[in-house]
Amino acid sequence: MGLLFSFFTVVILGVIALVGVRTMHLQYFFGVVIPYLAFAAFIAGIVYRVLKWARIPVPFRIPTTAGQEKSFPWIKSNTIDNPFTSLGVIIRMALEVLVFRSLFRNTRMELRDGPQITYGSTKWLWMAGLAFHWTFLIILTRHLRLFFEPVPFFVDILETLDGFFQVGAPVLYVTDLIFLGAVTFLFLRRVIIPQVRYISLASDFFPLFLIGAIGGTGVLMRYFLKTDVVGIKELMMSLITFSPAVPAGIGTIFYIHLFLVSALFAYFPMSKLMHMAGVFLSPTRNLANNNRAVMHVNPWNYPVKAHTYDEYEEEFRDKMKSVGLPVEKE
Amino acid sequence: MANPKPEELIRIDHNPPKTAWMDTRPDFKPGMFCYASKAKSLEYVGMPNPRQWSVKDEDWKLPENWQEIFIEGLRERVDKYRSFRLFLDICVRCGACADKCHFYIGGGDPKNMPVLRAELLRSIYRKYCTTSGRIMGRIAGARDLTLDVLKEIWYYAYQCTECRRCSLFCPYGIDTAEITILARELLNLLGLNIDWIAGPVANCYRTGNHLGLQPHTIKDSFDMFVDDLETISGIKVSPTFNRKGAEILVVIPSGSMFADPGTFTTMGELLLFHELGLDYTWSTFASEGGDFGFFTTNEMAKRLHSKIYAEAKRLKVKWILGGECGHMWRVWHQYHNTWFGPVDYLEEPVSPITGTRFENAKSNKTVHITEFTADLIKNGKLNLDPKRNDNLIVTYHDSCNTARGMGLLEEPRYIIKNVCNNFYEMPENTIREQTFCCGSGSGLNASENMEQRLRGGLPRANAVRHVHKKYGVNMLACICAIDRAVLPPLMDYWVPGVAVTGVHEMVGNALIMKGEKKRTTNLRGDPLPGMEGE
Repeated sequence: MGLLFSFFTVVILGVIALVGVRTMHLQYFFGVVIPYLAFAAFIAGIVYRVLKWARIPVPFRIPTTAGQEKSFPWIKSNTIDNPFTSLGVIIRMALEVLVFRSLFRNTRMELRDGPQITYGSTKWLWMAGLAFHWTFLIILTRHLRLFFEPVPFFVDILETLDGFFQVGAPVLYVTDLIFLGAVTFLFLRRVIIPQVRYISLASDFFPLFLIGAIGGTGVLMRYFLKTDVVGIKELMMSLITFSPAVPAGIGTIFYIHLFLVSALFAYFPMSKLMHMAGVFLSPTRNLANNNRAVMHVNPWNYPVKAHTYDEYEEEFRDKMKSVGLPVEKE
Repeated sequence: MANPKPEELIRIDHNPPKTAWMDTRPDFKPGMFCYASKAKSLEYVGMPNPRQWSVKDEDWKLPENWQEIFIEGLRERVDKYRSFRLFLDICVRCGACADKCHFYIGGGDPKNMPVLRAELLRSIYRKYCTTSGRIMGRIAGARDLTLDVLKEIWYYAYQCTECRRCSLFCPYGIDTAEITILARELLNLLGLNIDWIAGPVANCYRTGNHLGLQPHTIKDSFDMFVDDLETISGIKVSPTFNRKGAEILVVIPSGSMFADPGTFTTMGELLLFHELGLDYTWSTFASEGGDFGFFTTNEMAKRLHSKIYAEAKRLKVKWILGGECGHMWRVWHQYHNTWFGPVDYLEEPVSPITGTRFENAKSNKTVHITEFTADLIKNGKLNLDPKRNDNLIVTYHDSCNTARGMGLLEEPRYIIKNVCNNFYEMPENTIREQTFCCGSGSGLNASENMEQRLRGGLPRANAVRHVHKKYGVNMLACICAIDRAVLPPLMDYWVPGVAVTGVHEMVGNALIMKGEKKRTTNLRGDPLPGMEGE
């Protein structure tokens, strides 16, 4: 149900843009109004969500320790996976965010005859996840060409590297291939692995379809249905300088692409995609394991009713005295 | 109730059922859940809705407005715990956690995949705390809180041992323990606890320990240890209780005062402290390091552990030494300082024997006994004869809490390697931070849920069997009282021929003491290697 719902939602989004631009000629609406609204929703939404998380207290210091604690100088502690200092936490977080350290640990359980249970290392999800996120970032960065004049130097460098193989005209970007491959992998594993399919919701399929469609329309535009890149850049420059003007002659495929991107931007803050920001706030990862050395303050810590020693002695005084235990009151 | 045979239990189907999880009602299988809490246990500590009820009954005797209570409780907690709201918000259901859970591995129930266990509550959160869930309903993964859903949440909240193995593999560090802890808090608002937790909590509040040992009983227990130790070593140790002015307050889990093989660990500690001439005291009031309150609500956890610092203050000790126990150390290490700090009436812990400052414990003033002993050995303060443990071929089980909630990995290993000659590690994906739970943690060590425990303990047992077959391992060492209580039946079931020991029992065996007689038996009364004929 979630799968079909998500698939058709993305199809409908594409059709809306197609009809809107081709038959209704709403170029301004789809080229200016929608992107502005979507971008505003994206920024406002993310700020809202992050602030909402950030103002909730972290009552306890609960890092998941993934290595030896710091105790004695003669025992080598794992300063990254079980950080004692802020520097260690920064490195741990950097590894988590940049190379998905935790997912790298992934294992696959197998129940064999014997019976025996084994746990083999498995890196597929890690590799696909890494490929997906990094190529996404590179592709996004390449798009900066459309927003800046002159084009920033690192965008040029990135494009040169990305087109290293010099195949085809226009030159094939390796990241485009990897990106579509990774999205496909992530989709297929969600459908094929019974357990993962069982846990998947519409909100897991929808972003995959949407991002896949964005990648697909992008590839179509670049390699197959040639679009007016000069016109697109003109539009984008006009958007970021807040003097929107829609040049004529940009192909419909571009508007579909832009509309899907806008949908992604608007959807982002209310979805699981917020893991991008959330991972930075995760208390099991972003806190040092120094609980016994540095007091962690819980802002809503409150006094509780406890059973006092006096009450205890009151109840057991005779029994205590009978076996010679010292008491406060004779 | 008879347990299934191992060859039946091992036939595990990990494929999910045909029906979607929201449409699959839980099957309350005998052997897979614990008995309901008793009214008197809840009454004693003033927890909500005390009444007699039974899990198998249709009517759980909930308050009229139970939905409102649960949802209000949920809304309150997502605004008090960043972890809780974040973990409910950002899961992408990648499935990396799925086969990391011992209950899923050993049982195959898809709702024991950590991701789905969390979705049980997440779906309620979406419905009542998010706009998209309220409007879109099921398509957004939201659902109504019905009685069946509540029962389902209860069933699976008590099929998680809060071991945090899944959180190690989660790319965002989503910690199912945090979800389970707070789910149990919500359930406790409705009086939905289990007897095996509620009973010990009430005991602990009254007598200071889970077992309900009264002061004279504790003294009697120790008197027996003293007699046994004199027979074994020829040395009469003289422990003191509730003594003011001692330098160190020693707190251990009460299980180690009462039941084998934990008692042997305590005997080992008694020998060690005597040999050192340590100025320490036990307390019959702070007679429990563990905290079943932690499996109830965070408030109850704090209420039960208040006694430890209160007692340290009353007895005017300098610092606190904590014994071998798992969840105890999660609480001592990650919660104590926040609840009770600043602990400025105690002193920064310094070993009176070696002069080592325990820098990592300078603020909350509690030292783990394996830290204490490892430091003694490193500084050559102990005269050890590991040959006395030569009948043992040892492997070591990291408790979940000391491994993933602390990182105490090398200290116990260092001690073991110094007190015994035959030590073999289990496979690397089953030890240290990746260690598997005993299957009975977080208050699930009852007897009526034995099938659940045997299933949950399967991954641990499977790894032990590997080294049992390969190296002939016959002793499973651990530093956790629940481990010592639950691993023996687990081993008997899956790996017969492997016994269970605390680390300090082996220390006590290997320790050559001043003025001791020629020892012929170990602390269990079994002949020492080479002494079989005597």
